[in-house]
Amino acid sequence: MAKKVAFLQGNEAAAQGALYAGCNFFAGYPITPSTEVAEVLSAELPKRSGKFIQMEDEIGAMAAVIGASLTGAKVLTATSGPGLSLKQELIGYACIAEVPVVIINVMRGGPSTGMPTGPSQSDVMAARWGTHGDHAAICLVPASVQELFEETVRAFNLAEKYRMPVFVMPDEIVGHMRERIVFPEPGELEVISRTAPSVPPEEYKPYDTRFGDVPPLASFGSGYRFHVTGLNKAEDGFPTTKAALVQAEEERQLRKVTANIDDIVTFEEYLLDDAEVAVVAFGSTSRSARFAVNELRKEGVKAGLFRIRTFWPFPDKQIAALGARVKAIITPEMNLGMCTSEVKRCVEGKAPVHGIFRVDGEPINPGQIAQKIREVL
Amino acid sequence: MAFEYDKYIRGGKLPHIWCPGCGHGIVMKGLIRAIDTLGLEKNNTAIVSGIGCASRLPGYMDFCTLHTAHGRAAAFATGVKMAKPEMNVILIGGDGDGTAIGGNHFIHACRRNIDMTYIIMNNNIYGMTGGQFSPCTPTGAKASTTPYGNPDPAFDIAKLAIGAGATFVARGTAYHANQIDKLIVEAVQHKGFSVVEILDDCPTTYGRRNKFKSVIEMMNRLKDIAVPVKAAEKMTPEQLQGKVLTGVLYKEEKPEYISEYAKVIERASKG
Repeated sequence: MAKKVAFLQGNEAAAQGALYAGCNFFAGYPITPSTEVAEVLSAELPKRSGKFIQMEDEIGAMAAVIGASLTGAKVLTATSGPGLSLKQELIGYACIAEVPVVIINVMRGGPSTGMPTGPSQSDVMAARWGTHGDHAAICLVPASVQELFEETVRAFNLAEKYRMPVFVMPDEIVGHMRERIVFPEPGELEVISRTAPSVPPEEYKPYDTRFGDVPPLASFGSGYRFHVTGLNKAEDGFPTTKAALVQAEEERQLRKVTANIDDIVTFEEYLLDDAEVAVVAFGSTSRSARFAVNELRKEGVKAGLFRIRTFWPFPDKQIAALGARVKAIITPEMNLGMCTSEVKRCVEGKAPVHGIFRVDGEPINPGQIAQKIREVL
Repeated sequence: MAFEYDKYIRGGKLPHIWCPGCGHGIVMKGLIRAIDTLGLEKNNTAIVSGIGCASRLPGYMDFCTLHTAHGRAAAFATGVKMAKPEMNVILIGGDGDGTAIGGNHFIHACRRNIDMTYIIMNNNIYGMTGGQFSPCTPTGAKASTTPYGNPDPAFDIAKLAIGAGATFVARGTAYHANQIDKLIVEAVQHKGFSVVEILDDCPTTYGRRNKFKSVIEMMNRLKDIAVPVKAAEKMTPEQLQGKVLTGVLYKEEKPEYISEYAKVIERASKG
């Protein structure tokens, strides 16, 4: 039987991806340009006995998904820049309490209200450092409607697998573009659910490191009684200020990601084998970059593209290797240099890094990228 | 025979953090007696709180417990209850937590009329943060951030809850300890969002600054100002000056949120 094909908007595909991953709870607060995610799920979730709730504000939405996740639900919220700012404290709560949640943040301009309908890629640092304190971060940056579906599924898998918040961050162009999408069959994409405890309730500790860096998570109402707090906690979930325990807990939470970078980080290398100049780009900008690379190849220019698909953790070692073998790197992005600074950090001066920055609400076009490549060669 | 509190308390988590003279422990005992009367299943009951002295209560209770962020208890609890409606959900917090930073979540939880019970311990002050004024600090009172007297008008929590749509609102005091469990029992039994405000005292950060000589003096104030709703009916406005009504202040049957959402699911499934 032929697979189901549709012509969908990116945000609609994200909602469909969430359903594929088993999302059964959504709480959100309307904000442009993410609203279609909520609109689709308000219609689809109740059909499957799932729950949709429009909360009174962004903070309430973030709180509600954390509460629902603790009962075992697979949860999603969707937002955009200013909403992401409001959610940040509770994103930190999900980090420290180790609660799986998925946050789709469709990037518009900023800071503050910025450009509600203008595209941007300027929330990537907010995904990494928006909440206070030390914590790990996972952020996926899809570039097509198909990928927004698939990466939303992967975000749920990573959230469940590592017990932490995971961001999917399309820029507004990817969120609002319409493209052909081929729906994967059930079972075609991997769907992961969190590990339930195997010990009897009286022995259960929600942060029991005997089970590794990602301890099993019981659900409220499943016969396991435990305590969850946003305070630094011991293995049993109760607050502690004992220095050694706090230090070990915080380090373990970072290690969940740092020790699994190869499992989490995804990227695409395009025509890089013989490239003299590499474009490093993500989201819709990477589509312009691919077009520019193809055009330049026709002229005999050895250009290639490194497409970042997982922004956090950043593909450090791949970019470092790239920097050691090309003459120059071009980093086009719809912000004033967030990705560029990361690339420079990885390259450690081995190759010059030339940024192209746009924050005027216009996409970076292939001509701009091609021109920059010609300039630097 | 004395009441057996131990079976609801987490072994090893006491002593609690509350100061001598604080009313929160009286409320916790009332809550335990209420839970016992109601026969609530420990595995099937979630106790959710925000931040502050009162919000530490769930940590001592042997249930599914969730200590959240300042002001957010109602929103976390909404997620718990909606995702798992078969759970009993009880919210715990103080006046600062619930009506200042949590004010928005509080009024909207009232409006939705979701079937949960919110116990607000009103001691008129931010206790844990060191005695700054709260939306319930009386006008003119001293707090660490109102050294010249509080210029802000105070919230009446019960009126706020009724105005926002809560369908059961009661008020008690830490002095009237025997009444607390009865109010909580009735609140939990009510189908809809129920609010139980319990006036208690913070001798450490409120009493000290406001010339209360002792905990007993603060307790006696609660005794003196409380007037049961029935008794108030026979009193004149002059007699009621400076008094606070206690008992069940408001009760109404209205569609409950989870039940209404079940109808949404039914309509959606028929497509």
